[in-house]
Amino acid sequence: MKIGVVTFPGTLDDRDAARAVRYAGGEAIELWHDDADLKGVDAVILPGGFSYGDYLRCGAISRFSPVMEPLIAAAQGGMPLLGICNGFQVLAEAHLLPGALTRNHELHFLCRDQKLTIENTDTAWTSSFSKGQEILIPLKNGEGAYMCDDQTLEMLEGEGRIIARYVGENPNGSRNLIAGITNKQGNIVGLMPHPEHAIDSLTGPSADGIGFFTSVLKALVR
Amino acid sequence: MAKIVVDVMLKPEILDPQGKAVAAALPRLGFSFATDVRQGKRFEITVDGEPTAAQLAEVEAAAEKLLSNPVIENFTVRVEK
Repeated sequence: MKIGVVTFPGTLDDRDAARAVRYAGGEAIELWHDDADLKGVDAVILPGGFSYGDYLRCGAISRFSPVMEPLIAAAQGGMPLLGICNGFQVLAEAHLLPGALTRNHELHFLCRDQKLTIENTDTAWTSSFSKGQEILIPLKNGEGAYMCDDQTLEMLEGEGRIIARYVGENPNGSRNLIAGITNKQGNIVGLMPHPEHAIDSLTGPSADGIGFFTSVLKALVR
Repeated sequence: MAKIVVDVMLKPEILDPQGKAVAAALPRLGFSFATDVRQGKRFEITVDGEPTAAQLAEVEAAAEKLLSNPVIENFTVRVEK
């Protein structure tokens, strides 16, 4: 199974994302932002970082990169797509997921290990987890506060589209402690914390993050 | 040459931590006038000659698509003399 990992100028976590794909047993394919070619991949990850230096708004310029055109079409057609951190911001800017990510409420850039609960295990990226499972993965961002209007929040809650929530004190001011959401079909997931940095307890706070990558491989086999 | 100005502000219901930090800093410097501060972005776009209605409509479209995120921000477009 081929999982594409997109590199934008300013992307940082593409190598860890590709490593996580390989750890899970998939083949990682490098995709380039300026190349409107998905190279026949079965799923795509938009990794974290500071694409285009976060100029204008995080993800606002990347969202119009050449690679995004075929990617948006493929994702709307059901291809699994995961946006992590800056990737989540790109998905929100591309309106593939509702809402927006704004400045952390305390203004500080956060970098720490964060507990989450997995709340929806029916998506392409979360089926390896059990509902209510607590996981520990790094959270590192300056603009991680998930914002949306009341109507959208009600819809996300009502449809079970919040896939993960922060445990304990709200780290960044996200509404309803939202750490990640999915689209209606469950193929597109956006997640603020970083599962790709927690796939091996030697190099991360846990190996909990690997579940996102094994989930998509299972989803593709089905 | 004329200048088209696009002002982008967070919607009133969206928390603006930067504005809040500025509001908190003002009294520390002895400025006591502010009950609230909101921080936004201003784009100055230069065009040749007087902007036409068609150009302004294009700027409006660009402001909607790229310069602002309509989920969290409002914008205004005006011509500066």
